[in-house]
Amino acid sequence: MSRIGSRLETYKDAGKTALVSFVTAGDPSVATTVPALHALVRGGVDILELGVPFSDPEAEGPAIQKSSERALANGVDLVAVLEMVCDFRRTDANTPVLLMGYYNSLLRLGHERFAKVAVEAGVDGVIIVNLPPEEAMGIQPAFAAVDLDLVFLIAPTTTETRARSIVSVANGFIYYVSLKGVTGAQQMEVEGVRKEVLRVQSYTELPVMVGFGVKDAQDVRRIAKYADGVVVGSALVRTMDALQNSVLEIPDALEAQVKELRDAIDESDRDTHQ
Amino acid sequence: MSGGNRKPYSAPDEAGHFGEFGGRFVAETLTHALDELTELYENLSTDEAFRQRFEHDLAHYVGRPTPLYEARRLTSEIGGARIFLKREDLNHTGAHKINNTVGQALLAERMGKRRVIAETGAGQHGVATATVAARLGFDCCVYMGEEDVRRQALNVYRMKLLGAEVVPVSSGSRTLKDAMNEAMRDWVTNVDDTHYIIGSVAGPHPYPALVRDFQSVIGREAKEQSLEQCGRIPDLLIACVGGGSNAMGLFFPFVDDEGVDLIGVEAAGLGIETGRHAAPLNAGRPGVLHGSRSYLMDDEDGQIRETHSISAGLDYPGVGPEHSYWKDIGRANYVSVTDEQAVEAFRLLNRTEGIMPALESSHAVAYAAIEALRRDNDEIIVVNLSGRGDKDIQTIADMDGIQI
Ligand SMILES: Cc1ncc(COP(=O)(O)O)c(C=O)c1O
Repeated sequence: MSRIGSRLETYKDAGKTALVSFVTAGDPSVATTVPALHALVRGGVDILELGVPFSDPEAEGPAIQKSSERALANGVDLVAVLEMVCDFRRTDANTPVLLMGYYNSLLRLGHERFAKVAVEAGVDGVIIVNLPPEEAMGIQPAFAAVDLDLVFLIAPTTTETRARSIVSVANGFIYYVSLKGVTGAQQMEVEGVRKEVLRVQSYTELPVMVGFGVKDAQDVRRIAKYADGVVVGSALVRTMDALQNSVLEIPDALEAQVKELRDAIDESDRDTHQ
Repeated sequence: MSGGNRKPYSAPDEAGHFGEFGGRFVAETLTHALDELTELYENLSTDEAFRQRFEHDLAHYVGRPTPLYEARRLTSEIGGARIFLKREDLNHTGAHKINNTVGQALLAERMGKRRVIAETGAGQHGVATATVAARLGFDCCVYMGEEDVRRQALNVYRMKLLGAEVVPVSSGSRTLKDAMNEAMRDWVTNVDDTHYIIGSVAGPHPYPALVRDFQSVIGREAKEQSLEQCGRIPDLLIACVGGGSNAMGLFFPFVDDEGVDLIGVEAAGLGIETGRHAAPLNAGRPGVLHGSRSYLMDDEDGQIRETHSISAGLDYPGVGPEHSYWKDIGRANYVSVTDEQAVEAFRLLNRTEGIMPALESSHAVAYAAIEALRRDNDEIIVVNLSGRGDKDIQTIADMDGIQI
């Protein structure tokens, strides 16, 4: 079992909700990313998602689009992203790391080669935003061969029949997209999502993580009551954006921000299990 | 050519694949809307009432059929094969784009979606979308790169007069590809009440097949008109290729006519060797962008490259997946023509025939001039004159140093 699977299994057994963070690799500067990842872990993040910058991030809202543009302007390519993971792994062998990005970014290396170098760098899983299961048949054997998880998404518009077939081919966890929209959008309806997530949980053993539009401790507290994990992205990216001109302050700021989210989750978990 | 016992062409397959190309590479949220659209379209493709409504609109609103016109002065100026022009420039709004928007507006109406969105580069597809939206009383929002908004001020104003909202897109390279990203983002957010009218044979399944089928009226008419005027079908069809819809519209009805050569003309911009072009089939490689697998222009890291063409409508780093398939199976050839050659052809057609082609279409005319010389004078070439050139007068005047 991968690092992702084993970590989430122990959480599930303990009734603990996972906190998942997203930041874009190389934003706002190349040197910030690894210290930022360590800070996120110190603040209480369980799983790290690292965005691979892409020229045409069609599912992203303005915050992550801009972070992707900044990273590209810093010359960050896939090789640089993998180097960051390698560097991170030097002092953290335990925290699962996923790459999140777009299919064209890894096509250039080819499926097998990408899977091999990603695992060598210490990557545990990959989320490819524009690769639904129907088109993933070609890549799955390469990932399976090296035990690299391919995480799929389920959206509010996904029918039940389709969701059932998605969970049957997914591994790692299910990423439940909590709103119709792009990352960082405002209109998430926390209670509406609850019903959908419970439904998905009823037919899969895989943990269900909820993301897109999760902003603050209040959102997190409410989602933690039913989801297996909560993903926070744009809110962290915005923090980093605001500190572009004082990047040395980024790690502490991120640590404080996720600490608050962690506390909210723990509090919610305690309430749920009392 | 043997012919006769070959299996008729039948791509795409159920999942929208043309060989290894096409498919559906989109965020999960959009899958359901694409499934719905596919199902509706499959049902309507055998629906006689729908077909009649579409044809009625093409005749009475668009002004079809468009003429197949023999360009005799052009032919004699060049020498060689006879050149005929399929006059899509004479359509309402001045380009072939309206064939598709009329069809898709009817689909939107059937789905009960009263808001349509579109991406546009030159503004021709945006205008064609705003036009059908006005006619059916839909809300309309057109995404356009900031750079193109500046370059195509006339069409921006035209869309506004038609009641559309034009949203300048400031992300990425601020051109057509970024407008398409933004339109996808809008669609993901408003998918319940909005239909996305993609303007070419690109995007996720079912768009490439659906847009092809709406545009195929061009080739069906051309075939009939050629039989009528010449007693036979043409030897060669030539069309410019941006996303590839005017080319596919002309070519598709001839796909099983093995004796008919098909040539798509991409924009070589300042020259393929300079890297400043928009010719993915000539100088790109297969990849995934905007929902399908097709040839595209990217760098070593898979980042989509910026393109250049004098004609905004060809200034796009990707191409419809069916053209990629035809390139690989050899059913069509894809060549390229520079900005300079296109402008020369623009002037030539003005001067010899009194017809002002769009700069996009001028690429096809330029290559026809090259190919006509290589062929016998009893051969027939049909060139798709995809649009009229009024929108490009400013560009030409600037080159001539003339202020208007
Ligand atoms: C007149 C004209 N021709 C051709 C094109 C290129 O599109 P396509 O290749 O889809 O026909 C455009 C696009 O704006 C256009 O306006």
